[in-house]
Amino acid sequence: MSRADGRIALRVEDLRVHYHTERGPVRAVEGVSFELYAGERLGLVGESGSGKTTTAMALMRLIRAPGRIESGQVQLGDLELLSLSDEQMRQARFARISLIPQGVMNSLNPVMRVGAQITDTIQAHQEGLTREQLQERVHELLGFVELDPSTSRMYPHELSGGMKQRVGMAISVALKPQVIIADEPTSALDVVVQKRVMDTLFRVQRDLDAAVILVGHDMGLMAQCVDRLGVMYAGRLVEIGPIQQLLEQPQHPYTRLLVSSLPSLERKGVFRGIPGITPSLLDPPPGCPFHPRCPEAIDGCATRVPELLTVVAGLDGNDARHRQQAACHLHTGVDV
Amino acid sequence: MTAPLLEARQVRREFGGGLFERQRLVAVSGASLRLPQDRPVVVAIAGESGSGKTTLARLLLGMVPPTSGSILYEGTDLNELDRRQRKVFRRQVQAVFQDPFGVFNPFYRVDHTLTMPVAKFFPELSRAQRLERIEEGLRAVGLRAEETLGRYPHELSGGQRQRIMVTRALLLDPKVIVADEPVSMVDASLRATILESLFRIHQERNISLVYITHDLTTAYQLSHTILIMYQGNVVEVGDVDQVIKAPKHPYTQLLVRSIPFADTKRRWGEDPSEVSTEASVTSAQATAEIAESAQTVDVKESGTSDGGCPFADRCPQMMARCHQSNPPLVLTDPDRAAACYLYDDAPPLTEQQIGELSYGGLQDA
Amino acid sequence: MTRPSFGAMARQQPQLTAGLVIVFLVVAFGPVGSVFVDTDLSRVGSAAANTSPSAEHPLGTDAAGRDLLAVMIAGTPLTLRIGFIAGAVGLGIGTLLGFIAGYFGGWIDTLIRGAADVLMTIPGLLFLVVLATSLQATVTVNMMALVVASLAWMIPTRTIRSQVLSMREAGYVQVARLSGLGDLEIIARELLPNLLPYLAASFVSAVGAAVLASIGLEALGLGPQNEPTLGMTIYWALYYTSLLRGIWWWWAPPIIMIVLIFVGLFLVSMGLDRIANPRMWKTP
Repeated sequence: MSRADGRIALRVEDLRVHYHTERGPVRAVEGVSFELYAGERLGLVGESGSGKTTTAMALMRLIRAPGRIESGQVQLGDLELLSLSDEQMRQARFARISLIPQGVMNSLNPVMRVGAQITDTIQAHQEGLTREQLQERVHELLGFVELDPSTSRMYPHELSGGMKQRVGMAISVALKPQVIIADEPTSALDVVVQKRVMDTLFRVQRDLDAAVILVGHDMGLMAQCVDRLGVMYAGRLVEIGPIQQLLEQPQHPYTRLLVSSLPSLERKGVFRGIPGITPSLLDPPPGCPFHPRCPEAIDGCATRVPELLTVVAGLDGNDARHRQQAACHLHTGVDV
Repeated sequence: MTAPLLEARQVRREFGGGLFERQRLVAVSGASLRLPQDRPVVVAIAGESGSGKTTLARLLLGMVPPTSGSILYEGTDLNELDRRQRKVFRRQVQAVFQDPFGVFNPFYRVDHTLTMPVAKFFPELSRAQRLERIEEGLRAVGLRAEETLGRYPHELSGGQRQRIMVTRALLLDPKVIVADEPVSMVDASLRATILESLFRIHQERNISLVYITHDLTTAYQLSHTILIMYQGNVVEVGDVDQVIKAPKHPYTQLLVRSIPFADTKRRWGEDPSEVSTEASVTSAQATAEIAESAQTVDVKESGTSDGGCPFADRCPQMMARCHQSNPPLVLTDPDRAAACYLYDDAPPLTEQQIGELSYGGLQDA
Repeated sequence: MTRPSFGAMARQQPQLTAGLVIVFLVVAFGPVGSVFVDTDLSRVGSAAANTSPSAEHPLGTDAAGRDLLAVMIAGTPLTLRIGFIAGAVGLGIGTLLGFIAGYFGGWIDTLIRGAADVLMTIPGLLFLVVLATSLQATVTVNMMALVVASLAWMIPTRTIRSQVLSMREAGYVQVARLSGLGDLEIIARELLPNLLPYLAASFVSAVGAAVLASIGLEALGLGPQNEPTLGMTIYWALYYTSLLRGIWWWWAPPIIMIVLIFVGLFLVSMGLDRIANPRMWKTP
């Protein structure tokens, strides 16, 4: 899959983001912690309202009022992102950690040529480059995303959806960040183009030796693309672990239901939906947020919030990347 | 044999092409499809954006007239239905649309979407009877009236809204429900519930479904037969097991290969009939995969064709004659047809046979 | 959802509240004022001419002996009446034509759109001047209103037509058709309610435009000569060169009142826009 090694590229601890509305605080992200290893691909999956996009935006410190990052730590190499000044964060953004936002292909400036939009980003962070140097960088970036250099003279409307998405990718990685967050990079694209765009993203990742966080709701895509997957529900991380393990032996009841509800060419006429509706983030249920819908709820689920504990230690006890963790009272945790 | 319930006969729909417009966009080019009277079926129409599937749905619903060819309801062309017959058609053929938000008038509570059709088509019912009917419909899709009625659309989730739309469709006791991408704008975790309710009402109430989608996996789960569309043309049609598990048209093969399976042992880009037993594919194979798909994807598609097969430019097996004329549908297997010159020796089909193939009735004839 | 108190609503929509308050004060000024001040004093020759503000005549008198406070109290409602009637008639016609053109399309759309476009190119004031001067009878306030309304319908027709065009293809309209509703029912029950905020905002701006147009005509002397509308007052003030002669109490009050009317209407329109487009306004 990817050349992940043991170094930690990003460490998130106890991240909390609340939106302060007239009716009270909406707890969009409630105590999310995870590690991203250098060179790996981590998926973050969940339904709308699970907090995955808010988490991605929080890592970039792009949360705007009435949202606020209440607490937490985000360690990116030697920088603690949440304690940087606005100016320092501005410099770190796109240069050290970058976001390919949802629907980036729709946010390209329709009256500017593609090449100019890329140079804009570069110049906003690096002054003093000559025209030739900028041109070279643009061609290099377009090459990263497997577009012909002639694309730089084109306008967005002359490109197909997949090509525009890749231009968006090129802009987001123009400054060669170490961590790339991709938020639903293929949601509006057809399935054939989808594969192409994902292949490109991973080529970029290889070329930059970066780590990728892939945010989305398509488990099929995750299965094909990521090394580890985190499952979010109602603002919390309820399970995280190596993708194959997670799909074959999910430890959290929500993950189990999610996996069994996936459409499959093996099950004709059988649909296993998840009963109930997503909880309100304004007034979440007490204890475990999933307990009202959980078929395996026990005493205590309604009163105590379960912690994320290691359930399966993995082959090499020291390598955290093989650990599978779940936040569920059914598991008591394993010592590592 | 009685006339089919709903039929599309070589329908074609063009847009533009007036005096001042340079080119016409052919949204649907010569499609045929049938739904039988005697039994409920589920037919899928699958394709990517620009394939014409939504236009075909609108043609079947009578929302847009065909440029040529005809749509027939119980044997009568839609144009020739009188007011009374038209009203019957309107009731019997219902729809569920893609966008769970745009279908609700934001000015009204969701009750409005449900009470309106009942009032229109069952004016003889009392208010209490109408409410009873609505509540029963909500129960059929797994919703509780007390949690849904009286709310505004923005107060409900996408999944709930879409289920209300399914309720609306079945309130009128239709014979056909055309579902145009009913779950593509709904979260992946909620899709199974909605598809399940559609499938159940098909089985329990004998309602035929036309399921329009770009997702081949759910099409496989839900339907008996499938039509694969590409740029307005039906390129493959027939029994869903054959079309998806052993596709014959190169475009269908490309589509099936591109499905991301939630199974790490089945690699993206592989032929699904050869499932790899290894956990991962070698990097050399992966690079080759990228190289091959590179040639077929970067073309910005336009809606016009130059008279040849619409897929010719992207087809890895393109031959010279593919650019010269558009291949017709030929019967490659007892219950499946593909429109490709690779199967030149297969028997051609009449429009009637194509229609029967589309619902799995060819062998009956 | 419980309904918020009036105070809470007022705090949430400061512009709308302020605007409505100002407009309410302006509208009430006439009727309330006439309780305290005898409006007969607004007639020519009611008092000594050109006296500066005093206890007896708080806003002084003009060159024709009119008590200016009485003039303001009598005249403001007249100007407002012209504005409201012209705005309502103009919007009414515009809405009707806009819906028909936008919903049905085809030749009727081309016809209505063509008429609106052609008439819009005529310089409004010029048209009004010609119309006003060619009217043989003495111009009354109501006639003024209709004259102004005659050119007020084109822009609402166009704007409402484009709103209808974008709503026509909305999902809920298609669903309504599938539910058996006919075209007129769809216009009345599905489209019109959604346009209400837009119509309210259009009405406010139509009134503003009508007031402006009427004042413009009146200031040129083409209004109802015998009525003390704000515009006519300005006309007389100019006629008698009050500016050069330092009779500030003549031209200042009508101008202040006009400014208040426009500020009030503008704030109401901003407030309505804020309700209609909540996302464009950041929450504090």
